Amino acid sequence: MTMSIEAQGLVKRYGKTRALDGLDVSAECGQVVAVLGPNGAGKTTFVRAVATLLRVDAGILRVAGHDVAADPGAVRRVIGLAGQFAAVEPAMTGRENLEMVARLFGLDRAAARRSTGAVLEQLGLEQDADRLARTYSGGMRRRLDLGASLVGSPRLLLLDEPTTGLDPRSRIELWRAIANLRDAGTDVLLTTQYLDEADRLASQIVIIDHGRAVATGSPAELKARIGGSVIELHVRDDHDLARVASVLRAAKDGAVQIEEPTRRVTVRVDSGREQLGSTLRSLDAAGIELEDISLRQPNLDEVFLALTDATAAAGATAA
Amino acid sequence: MSATLIVTRRALLRYVRTPQLIAMATLQMTMFFLIYRYLFGGAIHIAGLPYVDYLVPGFIATGVLFSGIGAAVATAEDLQQGFIDRLRSLPIGRSTVLTARAIADTLILTLAAAVTVGIAFAVGFRLHGSALDGLAAFGLVAAFGFAFEWLFVTMGLFAGNAQAAQGMGMIVFPFAFISSAYIPVATMPGWLQVFAKHQPLTYMVDAARALTLGPHAEALLGHPAGYFVTRAAIWALAIVAVSLPLAVAKYRRG
Repeated sequence: MTMSIEAQGLVKRYGKTRALDGLDVSAECGQVVAVLGPNGAGKTTFVRAVATLLRVDAGILRVAGHDVAADPGAVRRVIGLAGQFAAVEPAMTGRENLEMVARLFGLDRAAARRSTGAVLEQLGLEQDADRLARTYSGGMRRRLDLGASLVGSPRLLLLDEPTTGLDPRSRIELWRAIANLRDAGTDVLLTTQYLDEADRLASQIVIIDHGRAVATGSPAELKARIGGSVIELHVRDDHDLARVASVLRAAKDGAVQIEEPTRRVTVRVDSGREQLGSTLRSLDAAGIELEDISLRQPNLDEVFLALTDATAAAGATAA
Repeated sequence: MSATLIVTRRALLRYVRTPQLIAMATLQMTMFFLIYRYLFGGAIHIAGLPYVDYLVPGFIATGVLFSGIGAAVATAEDLQQGFIDRLRSLPIGRSTVLTARAIADTLILTLAAAVTVGIAFAVGFRLHGSALDGLAAFGLVAAFGFAFEWLFVTMGLFAGNAQAAQGMGMIVFPFAFISSAYIPVATMPGWLQVFAKHQPLTYMVDAARALTLGPHAEALLGHPAGYFVTRAAIWALAIVAVSLPLAVAKYRRG
């Protein structure tokens, strides 16, 4: 199996802090890999290392078989990068921006024009292609930036938090664009803070924290590890909090979390829909009044909590 | 090479398509020129010469320094907005972006210098030497401008953000004013003269002046044109020799 990215034991220090602290990531060709983690986990540092923008202090990093430290030039010929900022030139049109990057990739004039036309169409920017990029909305700029990373037809696309700061509609548009690329066979490495984003786009998720991988697997595998879904409910009356908790504890095996200030109770459950029904029935039987109740996917906090709990438990068993 | 041209074009388009920027810069430059020509100029006496003939080479050469702040800010903005990261991830030479910035900004400052020359002639500036010497003076200023651009590009890279680059740009003020650009060095206190005489801008200004003042030049400046040109050239080479490797190293490292 050919690997698009092989990272082993990456370390990057900034002064005393370790942005990467022994990070291992491997991505097979034909995959979308999402690196998921909170701010400061080392996501951007990792993407910058893959993009040849910084040198790691230790570890091995190969991109499409090329060693990043030994042959950065070869790596640059196979990657396309879209960073956290929309790095497009506002004083040039969308088309000019893409043609410029295509030429810099080494395409001749005619090939650059062809590639730009194809990318504009792919991203739904044809209509606005000849307007200056400074007249674009934030979402359009991001799409143009994504286009700039695509015009060189890279084998590996690097997307650093591609949808951070976008409104929901632009986010969905960008997701659609990335999903199309994935379906057309481009390898993608993306970083994100959003579980739903990783879930929607990636075939492989690497969860990182403090510069190292804490969990790796397909979205389904990770969800299985942390329990299927979460029941979240708000009670009307403070006094009911304890009673709700005891009802939930009696019926479920997941840890029950109580947040007093917001009168919120959450519990992880394996088979969401059935357990939501039984929970409602037991609460009803106990005569507890609810503000609302919902069934949802675990959010990133809960994923982390579950995974770090699991790590701590594993450590305890080993000891 | 073609990559450099492509990136240069982008830097130029940014100026051309922001006409407010050009209008403001031209207006400001013209205003200061007229202030020196008609307000301060009356109080400054140069032996055997109208002040405007003394002023013009100095004013144009200091324009190089002031427009350099813009180059530092533009470089820092490119860094801040991720544009440099994008280019660094592309298979192009490590000095491409920097060279492109230096070329584009040199072209802009040459254009600004040409406009100043036009205004200068309109308000009484005259060449005392040949037209060819005048052109040579102009070419020299443009060439020194290119050398100085490397200093400003380096500054922009190390500053990292536009405000810091603007702040670092303040360093041009002592060079612009403690020089022979606006007033003869001999009128300054002795300790200032030491700096004023030997700093690069003075040599640059006097090299241009020696070529535009014709027969007056040697009497006024004390040396023939060659003296100033070689010293200015040494400074220019030294500036490039220090800034360029620093800039490229910084660019590589990110």
